Amino acid sequence: MKRYSLLLGATALALVPAAAMAERGSSGHLNIIYWQAPSTLNPYLSGGTKEVESSSLILESMARFDETGMMVPWLAESIPTVDNGGVSADLTSITWTIADGVTWSDGSALTSADFVFTWTYCTHPEGGCAQAGYFDGVTSVDAVDARTVRVNFAESTPFPYTAFVGSESPVIQAAQFAECLGARAPECTDANFGPIGTGPFKVDEFRPNDVIELSANPNFRFPDRPYFATVTFKGGGDATSAARSVCETGEFDYAWNLQMDPTILAGMAAQGRCAIEVSFGTSVERIHLNQTNPDPALGDARATVEGGPHPFLTDPIVGQALSMAIDRPLLTEIGYGAGGQPTCNVLPAPALYASTANDACLVQDIPGAIALLDGAGIVDSNGDGIREYNGVPMRVLFQTSTNAVRQDAQALIKQWWEEIGVETELRNIDASVFFGGDPASPDTFQKFYADVEMYTNNFAGVDPQAYMASWLCGDMPRPQSQWQGSNTHRFCDPAYDALVAEMVRTADLNERGRLAREMNDMLVRYSIIPLIHRGGVSARAATLEGHRMSDWDSELWNIMDWRRTQ
Amino acid sequence: MTETADRTEPAPALEAYRPPRNQWWDVWDQFKTHKGALFGLGFFVFTLLFVFVGPLIWTLDAQYIDIRARNAGPSLSHPMGTDQLGRDTMARMMAGGQTSIAVGLTAMALALILGTLVGVLAGYFRRLDGLLMRTTDLFLAMPLLPLLLVTIMLFRDPLRANFGPEGGIFVLIVFMIGVTSWMQTARVVRAEVLALKEREFVLAARSIGTPSHRMITRHLLPNVMSPIMVSATLGIANAIITESALSFLGLGFPSDFPTWGRLLFDATDWLTQNPERVIWPGMAISLTVLSVNYIGDGLRDALDPRIRGR
Repeated sequence: MKRYSLLLGATALALVPAAAMAERGSSGHLNIIYWQAPSTLNPYLSGGTKEVESSSLILESMARFDETGMMVPWLAESIPTVDNGGVSADLTSITWTIADGVTWSDGSALTSADFVFTWTYCTHPEGGCAQAGYFDGVTSVDAVDARTVRVNFAESTPFPYTAFVGSESPVIQAAQFAECLGARAPECTDANFGPIGTGPFKVDEFRPNDVIELSANPNFRFPDRPYFATVTFKGGGDATSAARSVCETGEFDYAWNLQMDPTILAGMAAQGRCAIEVSFGTSVERIHLNQTNPDPALGDARATVEGGPHPFLTDPIVGQALSMAIDRPLLTEIGYGAGGQPTCNVLPAPALYASTANDACLVQDIPGAIALLDGAGIVDSNGDGIREYNGVPMRVLFQTSTNAVRQDAQALIKQWWEEIGVETELRNIDASVFFGGDPASPDTFQKFYADVEMYTNNFAGVDPQAYMASWLCGDMPRPQSQWQGSNTHRFCDPAYDALVAEMVRTADLNERGRLAREMNDMLVRYSIIPLIHRGGVSARAATLEGHRMSDWDSELWNIMDWRRTQ
Repeated sequence: MTETADRTEPAPALEAYRPPRNQWWDVWDQFKTHKGALFGLGFFVFTLLFVFVGPLIWTLDAQYIDIRARNAGPSLSHPMGTDQLGRDTMARMMAGGQTSIAVGLTAMALALILGTLVGVLAGYFRRLDGLLMRTTDLFLAMPLLPLLLVTIMLFRDPLRANFGPEGGIFVLIVFMIGVTSWMQTARVVRAEVLALKEREFVLAARSIGTPSHRMITRHLLPNVMSPIMVSATLGIANAIITESALSFLGLGFPSDFPTWGRLLFDATDWLTQNPERVIWPGMAISLTVLSVNYIGDGLRDALDPRIRGR
């Protein structure tokens, strides 16, 4: 009973109205549509939001983040702090205690060995773990006893809530993944497509890049939840048809990431069948400038460090001019409406970490960009309207995922860049492929076989340490890492790596803020061009309640509390 | 045979009163009697003028973004309205039509050459027949769209390097549509050639020692013109539709490069707000395809000497 009341407390707010009458499965069937279809259910093998969020129905971590960015104990009994002794006084270890009676959906008990295994799995030297950033600085994970896990850090770690916190570093079952370590990880299809989890739902059928059928986990630790008996998680299509299916036809109950023209969305919502939810977290739509050379003539060395640096995008002057030519408020107005704000930072929130040093970029300055390039001697020497950089004409291939808003933004940016003498070729790739992480496809955002690419990324949780560690030299996607890695634009600066290392050692919050801002400024000058701070925009059917949209974690983080209005 | 002989009997008597004229005039006379074909021809010519001559008169740039004029309905300054970025729809319809029709004509020409070649060779040379017709069956069994998707992925980069982004995709799409749509022509031509081969005039020509290449160019090809022309017109329609389907799927040409299929695809999101944006390209595609089909229908009647003059 003690466990029950404790965990109940975590989600008490949402529960109060329904606790009296609802029981497991009483709300029937739930239809969710994500217009990017998940290609795997193992979040360690794909950095894509769609994989992380779909797997969050099944896999869970020690704690999750609610809609305010506060940590909620999930598999853990409570959040360890220095005060309650869970975090050691020298900040080098954190001890989690698994809540009593948590079992996997196959009925076996969740033990500390599973956490140790998860750490081994993700940090295996031969494997390319997409979430390795969450285990940065972790020297070992110890099983103190069956229910106690201690995470040890190399140095004092002021924000130790990285490993096993949030939807991106959940625990996986040791028994199921034992044979899947290192380079063999992608080969374990059964496990990757049907992981056994502790979450409210279990996988009945998974068709990659299509649909997931789930049913309530019979061994779930709360006897009355989830309220939905079955879930169909459909992937694919596009944002507009997803919104239509919730707001107009009512085929689906929840549609995620409605990146579409705000005029159209507002028109749909006016019909009253759905509610539009917006929450601002850390998502930033940004343009990455490839720092390596993606020339197809290089063959296998294409877009790798071995292939050499990019002929002109490594020069900060070029990046600055490209950034100055963009009218961010206009992009926001056309594509995002209330769901976005123009930004000049790749790390726009929380406020402590948001830099203000780059705010000049909010105003478009095409004459300034032209003057800047002219001043640097980057001019059009042969009169074809395209500038040459050391004899190389400045032509860029600009790729992004297929989405009407992104294509509009592409067309606008192309026009602005051509005004400053940079020829731009546009390419759009189906989102399921672009974010799919398939090492065999040439069109993934990690392979980056283009000069610039645009997409949105964010981090779950409130501490940017792991996120900022995305751009370490060692995290570049490359053939040796199965093209996994978060440093997609191959940024490499020893000074940046040193700042990351310093942040890992720094406890003082203000000092951490300064470091994060400094790192942000290094990135946005000018290998990343931030465009828009995006709120998550989702639509839920008017009959769906209990939904608390968090942009700090998976949007489906509290799906066990979702239910149908009576 | 006798029927034809009966019907053609009075002809010499008539001809005696008429000055000699080119047989293509007879074809035109017959073609004129087909109302649908005439209308189709008229519309097709109008479309060609619209997309190729139109841009000389309507000089707005199809890619120029005028953000203040976005989502406008038809007006004097933008007769077909503008899209969500303020690009002029009429200019985009013209630019898009150029690509769509060029893809249609070129792919058709390629398919026609291939189909006729295979058909004539298979029909005329018995030894090649089995091999060529089995190859034809093989191609018939291949689904076009998946094949196109794979080739686009495989050959996009080398072609892009050689012909530029739009040129590369153009070559690829034309080539793929061409090599996957010649089979109908080949089958029809082979059947015709097989029948013609046994006719008396062919036997007569052979008996005086006409070599094969002359047989084909002089006696066989002119006689299979009618089915070739018909499959040509059908081929144009087919190629335009395939290109539209690819653009509709968001593949093929870059996203800011207008084709009719791409315009249609972009407009579907705006169906409720600006329905005219779907209507223009949709109507252009269907009417062009329809008109080309009617032309084909009229040509078939006009080119068939047995129907002509009836």
